Amino acid sequence: MPLIQNDQTVVSDVEVLLTQQSLAVLSTHHEGQPYASLVAFAVSDDLRVMLFATSRSTRKYANLAGDSRVAMLVDSRSHRAEDIHEAMAVTAVGVAQEAVEAELFSWRSIYLERHPHLESFVSAPSCALVKVLVHRYLLVRRFQEVSEWTIRA
Amino acid sequence: MDDPRLTSHWLIPLREAHCESTARIGGKGLALARLMAYGIPVPEGFCITTEAFSTFVDSGGLRERILLELHRKPFEAMRWEEIWDVALRIRHLFLTTPMPAGMERAIRDLLSTPACAGPFVVRSSSPDEDASGSSFAGLHESFVNLRDSDSVLRGVRLVWASLFSDRALLYRKEIGLEFERSAMGVVVQELITGERSGIVFTRNPNDVGTSVTEAVYGLNQGLVDGDVEPDRWSIDRANGRVTEHHPAARERCMQPDTEGGVLRELPESLKAVPPLSRDELMQVHGTALRLEELFEGPQDVEWTFRNGELFILQSRPITTLPGGGENDQRKWYLSLHRSFENLKTLRQRIEGQLIPAMVEEARRMASEDLSRFSDRALWEAFRDRQAIEKKWTEVYWEEFIPFAHGMRLFGQVYNDVMRPADPFEFVSLLGTGFMESLERNRRLEVMASMVRADERLKERLRLGEHTSLGAAFERELQGFISAFGDLSCPITGIVQCTQGPEGLIRLVLEMADHPPNVPQQQAHDQTGLKNRFLERFQGNERVRAEELLNLARASYRLRDDDNIHLGRIEAQKFAAALEAQRRYGIRGRLDVDESARDELLRTFPEAGFNPKTPADRGASPQAEIRARQLIGQPAGPGIASGPTRVILSLEDLRDFRRGEVLVCDAVEPNMTFVAPLAAAVIERRGGMLIHGAIIAREYGLPCVTGVPDVTQRLRTGDNVTVDGYLGIITVKTAEL
Repeated sequence: MPLIQNDQTVVSDVEVLLTQQSLAVLSTHHEGQPYASLVAFAVSDDLRVMLFATSRSTRKYANLAGDSRVAMLVDSRSHRAEDIHEAMAVTAVGVAQEAVEAELFSWRSIYLERHPHLESFVSAPSCALVKVLVHRYLLVRRFQEVSEWTIRA
Repeated sequence: MDDPRLTSHWLIPLREAHCESTARIGGKGLALARLMAYGIPVPEGFCITTEAFSTFVDSGGLRERILLELHRKPFEAMRWEEIWDVALRIRHLFLTTPMPAGMERAIRDLLSTPACAGPFVVRSSSPDEDASGSSFAGLHESFVNLRDSDSVLRGVRLVWASLFSDRALLYRKEIGLEFERSAMGVVVQELITGERSGIVFTRNPNDVGTSVTEAVYGLNQGLVDGDVEPDRWSIDRANGRVTEHHPAARERCMQPDTEGGVLRELPESLKAVPPLSRDELMQVHGTALRLEELFEGPQDVEWTFRNGELFILQSRPITTLPGGGENDQRKWYLSLHRSFENLKTLRQRIEGQLIPAMVEEARRMASEDLSRFSDRALWEAFRDRQAIEKKWTEVYWEEFIPFAHGMRLFGQVYNDVMRPADPFEFVSLLGTGFMESLERNRRLEVMASMVRADERLKERLRLGEHTSLGAAFERELQGFISAFGDLSCPITGIVQCTQGPEGLIRLVLEMADHPPNVPQQQAHDQTGLKNRFLERFQGNERVRAEELLNLARASYRLRDDDNIHLGRIEAQKFAAALEAQRRYGIRGRLDVDESARDELLRTFPEAGFNPKTPADRGASPQAEIRARQLIGQPAGPGIASGPTRVILSLEDLRDFRRGEVLVCDAVEPNMTFVAPLAAAVIERRGGMLIHGAIIAREYGLPCVTGVPDVTQRLRTGDNVTVDGYLGIITVKTAEL
């Protein structure tokens, strides 16, 4: 069944945002206290997995150990007045898992393709590569038009 | 005046402006400055530069607010009514945003110098016009006869705002309007109160060997607005010989009023005399040809004679608005802009002739007993009724819709004098009168209240008993059916469209199960608001303001009623098709030729409300993509939540329950009976002054219009919150 115009562009706009931007705001919490961090992210080709790297000593890593549910915000702000109508933002909602040894090589190569300058950071023994299994994307365009794209039930 | 270096960036006397650029002072300002330098008499004045415009829009945060309005929805997806709404909001921003103090003072100082004698004319001077080789008359505003500096400052704001006028937005591509970068210059001049005025096209677009001169008594505004018919001469450009003279009926002329212009009866002595003598005609023609030489191309020249002296008011290259083929409706849209005088005449015609004729025609058709017609006669009646419907549909587009501009004209005047926080506040002054659909709903409520009060009656109706319902109820029921029809098609859906009261009774029962929902009584507030509005005017102006309000109310009322009247005509066409289908159902044949039979049998699926394509039903987006928040225009204030009822076909109306949110492509006249049951209204079709928005406002329902694809993006049963203040619909979900 053909998609209506607006929905056709939801997928492509999410894809553009996730492939053009390199930083995301990661939301975690500790016993109900919200916490936000800026992370360098990459995304899998099928847009089902977002990746970021963090030291295991960080607050966000500790928070994830307590509750793996996360939200990640990626946007196209340019810090100009036009942002308010031009910028788009996508919130990914999902569950974080640390990549395990068997899959580490392939996830790491996807991540480093996007952030080659972070190679030594990612290779450090204390660094965890975290994959976020995205359940849904919420795309905001035109200031306040919101569409939801469900990836996993 | 503050820093003179600064103000010289903003204000340049015409006498010193001939070496400026169009980017700085706009095409019209530069042309006038060059004429002056060339020694041609031009009214004194000054230019307000595009830098002043940019300073104004940047200093008050205005630019970003304009961009937000312009980017609310893709332009291609907007209807003309929505474009008008956007333009009105932007116009209001320009009216209400404070002007930098230094700029306002600089303009006032200049206006108070002895060299600047009022009254004044304020004209748009767009830099884009000449740059693109296109100067389209009438896309931007000009104001004549402004008496004091307050009026001039208001005129300047409105000329700036007209960079984004509805007309300019329609032709945005052709005039090179770039929202982020475009600017507007302004020319402020002394008003030359000419005794005779007119225009010259140095080259007749239809006959390049001749020029065309038009002349009227009084101010040029009468001619430009189309309210005063001009004398017209064609002159052979090669030898100056007059090849044609069309004298006008010469009845009226435009004169300066306290502010603006007013049409007056022409003195008898002038009615028989053309506005120009032969010598004066030659003088005008000759001067226009000089301007053509000066500006190196055919010119569209405005001129006036005062005390025998010829003044040139403006000169611009001749261009015509480009057409975009048969489907380009923009020219039609431009024709909707009518003057007050024109609308008054139109109102007389609509109320005095057209509506009574329409009502009579529907009555006559309804009185025909189709069941006694032969098949052949039924087919002929159907064809006649088809033609009658076509005729009235044309009248609807050509006369009724332009009359809707009465509301818009009033809205602008209201905003100019009241400067309300909400640019659509004026709408609350419009809806007092009798509206057909409200009357229909009132009579439904009468029946519902009878049912509410009588358990036995309710029980009988629930059991499907249609007899022995009590004399009073039966009288109401029959009275309703003879006035409005039995609503069977809109209620029971096209599949079960049998004429009978079942659907009507079902609706009355649903209404009776809930407390009554009557239109809001706004009368008290309205009186206060009306008085505050009228107090802003004195003397004759107050009379005109009251007339304008009266006209706007008629325009508002008609916007609703015309649909009902047209619906009645349309219903008669369907009645003929229904009768044919009934016979075919019984006999399996019709005694007409095959093509007639097919047309009769095919017709009914088009009856009443017609969804765009049947395939729309259930054509939900890919299952995994859903709308979470939708935006449209805030067309009726308020906030409400409830389950949606998406109307894809008439059948869906049958299931409408109290407290549901009506979601539809467009609120059709035959659907408004569900308004008393609805919690809110959402419409794909956009506009603040359209049918659905009007009815929603009457019932105090939150309403959002202009939501693209809304009948596909929402599904019946979705729980939504409709924010009619901001134009936002939020879809509730159990999960984040």
